[in-house]
Order: sequence, then structure tokens, then C-alpha cells
Amino acid sequence: MTTVVEAVDVGRRYGPTVALADVSLTVAAGESHALVGRNGAGKSTLVTILTGLSKPDTGVVTFGGEPAPPLGDREGWRSKVACVYQHSTVIPHLTVAENLFINRQPTRRGVISWSRLRRDARELLDSWRVAVEVDQPAGELSVEDRQLVEIARALSYGARFIVLDEPTAQLDSDAIGRLFVRMRELQDAGVTFLFISHHLQEVYEVCQAVTVLRDARQVLTAPVAEVTRTQLIDAMTGESGGLTVVDAASRDRVAADAADVLTVAGLSGDAFTDISFGLRRGEVLGIAGSNASGKHQVAETIYGLRAPTAGVVEVGGRSLPRGDVKAALRAGIGCVPRDRHHQGLVLGMSIADNSAMSILDRMGSAGLAAPGARAAVATKAIAEYDIVAAGADQPTDALSGGNQQKVVLARALASDPSVLVLINPTAGVDVKSKEALLGQVERVRAEGKAVLIVSDELDDLRPCDRVLVLRAGTLVAEHEAGWSVGDLVADIEGVASDD
Amino acid sequence: MTDVLPGERRATLSAAKKSSRIPRLRELALLPALAVLLIIGAVVNESFLTASNLISILGASAALALVVLGESLVLISGKFDLSLESTVGIAPAVGALLVIPSGFGTEWPAFAGIAVILVVGAVIGVFNGFLIVKLKLNAFIVTLAMLIILRGLLVGATEGKTLFDMPEAFFTLATATFIGLPISVWLALILYGLVGFGLRYHRVGRSLYAIGGNREAARAAGINTDRISWLVFVVAGVLAALGGLVLTGYVGAINASQGDGMIFQVFAAAVIGGISLDGGRGTMFGALTGVLLLAVVENLLTLAQVPSFWTQAVFGGIILVSLMLARFTGGKPQT
Repeated sequence: MTTVVEAVDVGRRYGPTVALADVSLTVAAGESHALVGRNGAGKSTLVTILTGLSKPDTGVVTFGGEPAPPLGDREGWRSKVACVYQHSTVIPHLTVAENLFINRQPTRRGVISWSRLRRDARELLDSWRVAVEVDQPAGELSVEDRQLVEIARALSYGARFIVLDEPTAQLDSDAIGRLFVRMRELQDAGVTFLFISHHLQEVYEVCQAVTVLRDARQVLTAPVAEVTRTQLIDAMTGESGGLTVVDAASRDRVAADAADVLTVAGLSGDAFTDISFGLRRGEVLGIAGSNASGKHQVAETIYGLRAPTAGVVEVGGRSLPRGDVKAALRAGIGCVPRDRHHQGLVLGMSIADNSAMSILDRMGSAGLAAPGARAAVATKAIAEYDIVAAGADQPTDALSGGNQQKVVLARALASDPSVLVLINPTAGVDVKSKEALLGQVERVRAEGKAVLIVSDELDDLRPCDRVLVLRAGTLVAEHEAGWSVGDLVADIEGVASDD
Repeated sequence: MTDVLPGERRATLSAAKKSSRIPRLRELALLPALAVLLIIGAVVNESFLTASNLISILGASAALALVVLGESLVLISGKFDLSLESTVGIAPAVGALLVIPSGFGTEWPAFAGIAVILVVGAVIGVFNGFLIVKLKLNAFIVTLAMLIILRGLLVGATEGKTLFDMPEAFFTLATATFIGLPISVWLALILYGLVGFGLRYHRVGRSLYAIGGNREAARAAGINTDRISWLVFVVAGVLAALGGLVLTGYVGAINASQGDGMIFQVFAAAVIGGISLDGGRGTMFGALTGVLLLAVVENLLTLAQVPSFWTQAVFGGIILVSLMLARFTGGKPQT
């Protein structure tokens, strides 16, 4: 097999920090090579080197045996490699067609030919079988379509080596399935992928080889078929044992006579209808479902981010006003929202400001919230939740994803709620942080709080005493702790399971 | 009439192109509002819909139109330029001071003075671009400071007095006519046409939208974002200087406060016309309808003999109402 890209002993430092040390990576033509590692392991640095955005301090990169183009030669790099990032790199108000050919629009006598532009775009998308309307503004594309358009654009520059940076992070399971089908088709057509993901399952599904980075070093490169899941996790974390999450099946059941602290009755709203359930003190309840199932909306309605069209939410027997976050907080609901960048944190502000945000009104008299008091809240949170940070006044955008999420959790718990609502609590965080975050769930539960976990990731649902399954906005099933993955997924997807 | 086929073919063609035409329909959002105003004007005042009044509306708005053209380009590329209103004052003043006997004493020929006016606009644009693009200072604050500095320079250079005695050439744009319309109106129309065409059919035009929509993506696509952003400030400066020259001709003199407060109208016209303050969106046609809407409103207020003490309040209210109209007929958020 020929190699598409080869990095030999590449290293990169940023000031005193070693971001990458002596990493060698060989990607064979037509394979999908997985690159995994915890946040901060050096994946992004390696990607910037492989895509020509930064120069390695040591080592060399070659493409198909030829040395990499100089850093300034964007044209040269574009024809060899492209990266599809998690964030969008399309221009939102321009059409798909124009995005594909931006700055190289076909012209006739110096004037852009729009009809040819549309035709070329159509041909390009058709040739890679991307079913997207070319006249649509690119900003209106779904994440899935946007990724396909970006892949097609990269291919049209001649690149046959494509880096996918956590492409599945924002997709639901149907879309992930379609993406994998597409990746295999493209592989057959001679395209090579470097696939970055936090989901080890996906590595097994779609990749042939895997490289693990840890603390800026390469710890493992092997064919996927020869590594077990446990070995992979061990390589990532540097310790043996794999993901240790307390399984609710291994602890005592909640006393049947414990009183409901949260009652949801006949709740209907955006994308869901007639949802009823109760949540008892010391109980952990999970809600599973696909992205379109309405499960996030249910949780957001309980916290007051959305107003229900019918039904009530009661905390401790008192019903909450509709769509009122402040009232929900006062009634004792704490929430880790779905997207920490948009709803969870004010990224430019410090850990102190972020963690004290929801309790500013109870810090001092007359609404005063002294900086010292806020810093004290944050310092306590840093110690209690094991947040890796320079101090209370460090801006949150300088933290890794896992530590950011711990700050969000600290804030949700700062008001000492009786009900904790977690929405995708471990999205985009590494294995280690995942364990820490789910460990907090166990601690909070033991204190007698009730916890509601709504998540796309089955691992997050392990600590749950019960898991409700939502499909197309209605409750379809309930699983006791100790559920099998097959049964749960079958209910989520609405298909019969055969395992 | 017997041939049915072409009609049918046209129908299917237009159905196929429907999706691509919808965005262009949005640009027409202001036309209903403009039509309503024209009807109201015709009903309220019989002299409104006369040729001479309509021509005077166009003549009065030519200077504003040129400045709006420059500002729209800056806004589409995702930046701000508040200093254009001061350029409107200082550029023609510098040109005039070099020419008139009571000025700097140089008494340059008129054509050199007019050339200097455009050069002053370009130099201001180069300087703005240097501070904003090269030094990466905030465009809003930089151009706010420039607005104050340039106004101060104008007041200082003229000692607050009004400049008269410019040669006839300084007034030609506003006073000479061609087929009934002032040259300034033709100039504005041609420039709107050229820029509008360039924005749609030239790569540099498209890259303005790309830069304003997503600067990083534009850079990744090989667009020289810094050079183009800088160029836009220069073009805007030249257009503002040209607007200042037209205004000089229209007024017949240069007051030390020429252009003072104009930037609010400029932004109002641009935003009413559908230019996004966030960059990456808007067309020259939209901007032009915005200018015309404001001009018609101003004319109506004058004809209706609204006491001059009240015109500002009424004018501001009408800007708000037309923004709401544009929002609901166009259906797109204006943020």
C-alpha cells in the first residue's frame, strides 16, 4: 500500500510547553486512520502541522513521498490536505455554489458567470453524490450537509487526504450512520481520512488503523482489529481499568416510599407531547432518545428555558410558572445546559464570575457581590470539583473542555439545588473528565439530591436508576438499571434488537 | 398569441429558478414602502408628484447617496466607518482652500483643487485602513476618533468661517444638468450601477461578502482579506470626498459644519436598505432604495410645512417605522 502522508518524528513547542514530541504517523492510501487522545494530548497540534497551519520544530512531513509545501503556499497545501473542523468554515450568507468556488468563480470576460458557477457546483456535488441544493445559503445547511459540502470543496481542490475533526460531535445517530456510509464510499473512491473522535465505538466502526496520543507523545499505533477497547482506553489514560463509572445496578435501589421531589405531569411543548414522570430524592433518572426525540426540549422546559404548551412541572409539590428560569432556580433546580459554549459559560469571563453567576443575589446584602466572595466560591469549586486551572481569576476560555464543564457543573450546584438537571453533561470531554463528572453525579445523589440526566451518550446513563426512552416526542419505554445496550438502543431507534 | 409552448416553457423555467430568485425578491422589500410614501405625497400635496419636485428630491439626495455607497461597502466587508461624515466636510474644504484667494494663498487651478479633494478622501481612507487593518484597532473607536479629529481640523483651518468664492468648477456637478437631471444624480446612478455590478459579478466584489460573512473562511479560500479591507476604506473615503464635492455644489459654499451629523442618516439609509451591520449581507439596490426613502420623507416634511423645530423628531420616528416595515416585508432579521 502506498502512503498518503507521513510524519516522521515531528515535534512542536509553544514557549515552555511541549505540545508534541517525536510523533510519527503514517497514513496509507484509502484507509481511515483514527487519531484519539484526551483533550490536550496534542491532536490539534498534530492537525495544524499536517494541514500546514504551523511548522514542526523537529521532524518532517511528506505527502506521497514528496516534501510538504512551504507554509506560505496555501495553494499547494489545499491540493494535498484539508480539514473539516467542528466549527463551520463556510460563509453563511453566500450560496452553497459560491462557497464551493469562492475566490475561483468561473468567469467569462472577467465577469462571474453565475450559470456556469451553479452548473459546476451541481456537477461537483453530484460527482461525490452530495444531495444539497446549490442555491441555498450555506448558513442554512444542517451540520451534516455542511460537512459534506466542506468535504466536496476540499476534494475539488485536488486533496485526497481529509482530516475530520470530531465530525460526529454534533450529529445524531442517524446522521452519524449516514456519515460513515459516505466515508466508506469515499474511501472506495480513493479518499483517505484522518478521523478524530472521542467515541471509541466509532473508531471500531469506521477506521482501519488507530494512533493514540497522550501528553504530547505517541503511545500506540496499530491496526484497529488488533486493539481491544480496554487497551485503547488504557493507552489514552495511561492507567489500566478502562472507564469506571458507578453502575446504578450495583447499588441499592431507592426506597419505594421516598417522596417525589420533581413531578412532571402531562407536559407538552416544543417537539414533545404528554410527558409524565416522577423523580424521588436520591434517585438518578435518565432520558435517552435520538437528537430529534425531543429529550433536550423536555429538560430545557423543566428548567424554564422553554415554555410548555400544556402540563405542569412541580418541585416539592409546588408547581412552577411556565418558562421562568429564575423561578426554577428558586424552587431548587440546578441545570447544566446542553451547550457549554452558548448557554453554559461566558467564555471571556473568569472562573469566579462564571461559577458565582447563578447565586449573585445571595452573596451579600443589597445585591452586592464582592469580588472576594466570588473568588471564594470559585476557589472552593476548583478544589471540590478538581478543576485544573491557574486560579479563580483565569478566564474560562483558557480551560480544556472537561474543566469548562466542571465549572458549569459547579455553578449548577452552587445554589444547592434539590434537583439537578444535566443535559449532555460529558459532550466533548475526555475519558478522565467524563469519569470525574459522572463521579460527581454519584456524590450528589448520595447527598439526597435528585438527578435527571439527558444524554446522547449511553455511558452517561449508567449511573441512572431508571432510563426513560423518548421517541418522536413521546415516552415509549422505561428501563431499570442494568439495561443492556442492545435493548436500549433498539428502543431509542425504534427497531427490534437481536442481541 | 396562438403559440402556447413558450409560455409554458417560461413557466417551468421560472419554477426551476424560483429558489434562486427569492433572495433577490428580498432586495425589493422597500419598494412597497416607497410606493406608499409616493401615494401619500401625491394625495397630501399636489406639487409633490411634479417632475421638478422629483428632480429636486434626486438632486438633494445625490451627496447622501455617494456617502451611503461608500459606507455600504465598508459595512458589507464587516467593518465600520464613522469618519465619512467629516471627510464630507474636510476634503472639499482642503481643495477649496488651495484654490481660493482667501485660502492658503497657493491659488491652485480649479482642476488641481478638485483632484486634491479626491486625494484627501483617499489619504483619510489609507490612514483609517492602516489603523484598523494593520494595527488591528477597533474600527468603531478609530473612526469615531477620526470623525472628531477631522471635524476639528476643518474648524481650525477655516477658523469656523464659511468658504465662498470657489471657482465655478466646484459647483458644476450639482448645477449642470444632462437630460434634465443634475450631473451629480447621473454620477451617483452610474456609480451605484458599477459597484452593484462589481459586487455581483466580480471576484473582488464577492470577496467583500466573503470577508464580511466569515473572515477566516475567506482567508482560507485564498482571499487577501487585509488588502481588500484596506482598499474598501480607501474607496469609501474617496466616495465620501466626492459626496462632499457634490454637497458643496448643492449648497454653494463650504460651512465648517458641512456633513456634521450626516453619519446617522448614512447608517439609517444603509440599514433600512438591508445592509447588515454584522457584515456579509446587503446590495447596492437596497442601499439606493434606502437613500430614496429618506429623501422622499424629507421632501414630504418640507412640503407639508412641518415646523422645522419638529422635523428631527418626525424624521427619527419615520426611520424607525420604515425599519419595522422593511423587517416585516423582507422577513429577515436586521441585526
